Amino acid sequence: MPAQVITITSGKGGVGKTTAVANLAVALASSGSKVVCIDGDIGLRNLDVILGLENRIVYDIVDVIEGRCRLKQAMIRDKKLPDLYLIPAAQTRDKNAVSPSDMTRLVKDLRNECDFVLIDSPAGIERGFRNAIAGADRVLIVTNPEVSAVRDADRVIGILEAEDKGPASLIINRLNATLVKNKDMLSPDDVLDLLAIDLIGIVPEDENVLVGSNRGAPVALDQKSRAGQAFRNIARRLKGETIPFIDWENQGGFWDRIQRLAGRK
Amino acid sequence: MSFFDKLFGKKTSADSAKERLQLVLIHDRTDLTPAELDSLRDDLIATISRHVSIDEHGVQIDVEHDGRSQRLVADIPLKAVNRRRARRTK
Repeated sequence: MPAQVITITSGKGGVGKTTAVANLAVALASSGSKVVCIDGDIGLRNLDVILGLENRIVYDIVDVIEGRCRLKQAMIRDKKLPDLYLIPAAQTRDKNAVSPSDMTRLVKDLRNECDFVLIDSPAGIERGFRNAIAGADRVLIVTNPEVSAVRDADRVIGILEAEDKGPASLIINRLNATLVKNKDMLSPDDVLDLLAIDLIGIVPEDENVLVGSNRGAPVALDQKSRAGQAFRNIARRLKGETIPFIDWENQGGFWDRIQRLAGRK
Repeated sequence: MSFFDKLFGKKTSADSAKERLQLVLIHDRTDLTPAELDSLRDDLIATISRHVSIDEHGVQIDVEHDGRSQRLVADIPLKAVNRRRARRTK
């Protein structure tokens, strides 16, 4: 079966696109799917460090497009997860080295090589974003429950609709259940009400995400992490399984409950 | 959000965020600034007034949304004199 090509984008920077790509890739690859990730952020390469593959780069995406190497040569294979590959971004300053038609061609060549192609889009709505969505079958939008991230997500959803790339699905990242309960953070329902698109996952704020990035071992590999669990659930939904959403309202744990009983929250 | 804020019914910051976003998104999606909406309103009043007399102060123009689709809703009250005049000319 040809691969599903999924682009992860957000509009605003820093909401967790790259982390989401890395975690979904790891979750998919550790459950039997062959995954190729493409870092679409030319000039600001990052997916390699998040995946812990930064020391193994020889060729990058621009080398493939300009014919300096074969596609397979630019696909870095993860040593711990043999079904996971990365095509890194170039660090050249020429952002126009890749065009939307180059991306479409690259993605077409990858379709018969794997089960999933995950494309990490750069922030913004310029060339890099256009490249990232060019070959996509499906787009996931990452947002945080925060005014600027939601607003930018709405712009991107509008552009995707205009380009017939929709319907996109939403990942609400870094949800802080305590803040939501105190009515100091938009709830998932608020965000869905505003953006009016389908939800594919809610990822709670979790310190382990940073720890995972520090180590180059995405948190989806950590069976105990709540964020890791959320990413693993999204991966299963991408495979077509029906997985109930994590009950984010009861994410606080034992101490949280005691405090709430005592009326301190 | 402190206990006292809640006690005195102060609007929560999540509510402010949602309300502000609702307004901003309407304008982002339609590319209509409040000033453009005003000038659209004036044009509408001028055009409609040429055919029928309306109560200019009661005119309400809003952009409403249903899911991701937007609609322009105009509520234009007609002046009551019209009806009497219409009857007299019959």
